[in-house]
Amino acid sequence: MAELVSLADGIAGLVGDGDVVSMEGFTHLIPFAAGHEIIRQRRRDLTLVRMTPDVIYDQMIGMGCARALVFSWGGNPGVGSLHRFRDAVENGWPVPLDLEEHSHAGMANRYVAGASGLPFAVLRGYTGTDLPRHTPNIRPVTCPFTGEVLTAVPALRPDVTVVHAQRADRAGNVQFWGISGVQKEAVLAARRSLVTVEEIVDRLDPVPGQVVLPGWAVTAVAEVPGGAHPSYAHGYSDRDNDFYVAWDGISRDRDTFTDWMERHVLMAGDRA
Amino acid sequence: MSVDRDAPRSAAPSADWTADEMMTVAAARQLHDGTACFVGIGLPSTAANLARATHAPNLVLIYESGCLGAKPGRLPLSIGDGILADTADAVVPVPEVFNYWLQPGRIRTGFLGAAQLDRYGNINTTVIGSDYTAPAVRLPGAGGAPEIAASCGEVVVVARQNRRTFVDKVDFVTSVGYGDGPGARERFGLRGAGPRVVITDLGVLQPDPRTSELTLTHLHPAASVEQARAATGWPLAVAADLASTDPPTAAELTVLRALTGELP
Repeated sequence: MAELVSLADGIAGLVGDGDVVSMEGFTHLIPFAAGHEIIRQRRRDLTLVRMTPDVIYDQMIGMGCARALVFSWGGNPGVGSLHRFRDAVENGWPVPLDLEEHSHAGMANRYVAGASGLPFAVLRGYTGTDLPRHTPNIRPVTCPFTGEVLTAVPALRPDVTVVHAQRADRAGNVQFWGISGVQKEAVLAARRSLVTVEEIVDRLDPVPGQVVLPGWAVTAVAEVPGGAHPSYAHGYSDRDNDFYVAWDGISRDRDTFTDWMERHVLMAGDRA
Repeated sequence: MSVDRDAPRSAAPSADWTADEMMTVAAARQLHDGTACFVGIGLPSTAANLARATHAPNLVLIYESGCLGAKPGRLPLSIGDGILADTADAVVPVPEVFNYWLQPGRIRTGFLGAAQLDRYGNINTTVIGSDYTAPAVRLPGAGGAPEIAASCGEVVVVARQNRRTFVDKVDFVTSVGYGDGPGARERFGLRGAGPRVVITDLGVLQPDPRTSELTLTHLHPAASVEQARAATGWPLAVAADLASTDPPTAAELTVLRALTGELP
């Protein structure tokens, strides 16, 4: 049964310096509030894992939380570049960032292998691209039945995965719907997990077949209404597209960025 | 809005559209009704939704966020816009999109953009500069594109034509077109046929059946061969039977502007 915790206690107890941390959400249900709490708790040397590192990882990278990033697409969706990510890669600011780069198909299958308790995943991918030359974690593998050469990628086993969802009950059973991305796989692949939710309810609406993480598969659940903002939680909130556009201007300049983070995250208490 | 009674009446507006509108319309026309298309956000998404609102009402739009058969009434602002989930036939987890739907070849058309593109239709969306570890520009990366380019039955590319994008050699092969020429896709074991057509703001490029090299086959109205050559970083081959793209119809422009007018 998952433990019900506050956001601050959840992060303090589950995320340590040097950890491999996955915070998933495919545009939808991105755990922004949890990322802000990691920034406030000044975590360092994290290996951040995520298919689509977007604004929350831009903020964490710019605040010096990360030393490495494992990813497949790093941009501001629908807007353009992530300027803090680019500054870290192109100029090593505020600290150099090691990259391990994949495709979406590769990352998704790495989580599937992790969730399945397998050492690696097999896919028909990457062939002919330059990605295998720069990412040692992409290797050829020969099918033992047909002899066909395919691609292998190792399982992802994050120390901790953090995701956001719509609802949980008091036993920590988690319900989420809409675009479900790779969150279930990322939670099941991880050693520890924290799910922030819009609300904790006494009883979940019984909807057969809905994607549910049972409480016994989750380490901790924290109630954080609005915890996906400026991303969204289907049925609870709309995506704040204006913020994503505004982030382009806020994040271009190091001082403007730092000032914004001071005012809106560091000084905001645990409900930013 | 006032009406100019002296203005000439015609079925289509005259030169009253932008090069980007011509490009989007030309790209939309490449999509076939009743087929499935894997759509990226930006120009491909605009063109695919234009196609669905005009000649291809039964075009199946597939977004990598897991939305299969999305029918948005406005342009989605991101790959995971809630309107895609609300209007989709099915919303599936991301591993399923790539493993069950893309990888086995169930999707006819992959619709991609490009930061860099070479004469063999190889696409770079990873880094600009020859040193991967110290790039001049760090681009977003691969996303779903490598496997879309490998596994869809065919690929349609849409990109503005200029020397920054249309380069002699891409700095990084993110998604394979025809590799280094004929036979390369077969050597790599790629199952789809590769880039069938590249639509730009100046015209249309298609691979030469013999050399696989992208060749100018259509010019948009008002564009010239000289202009296309000047905008291309390799000696651009021009088809002997170079054709002219039909201008946008009034209906196409009306629908396109209604779609894009929704954007902030």
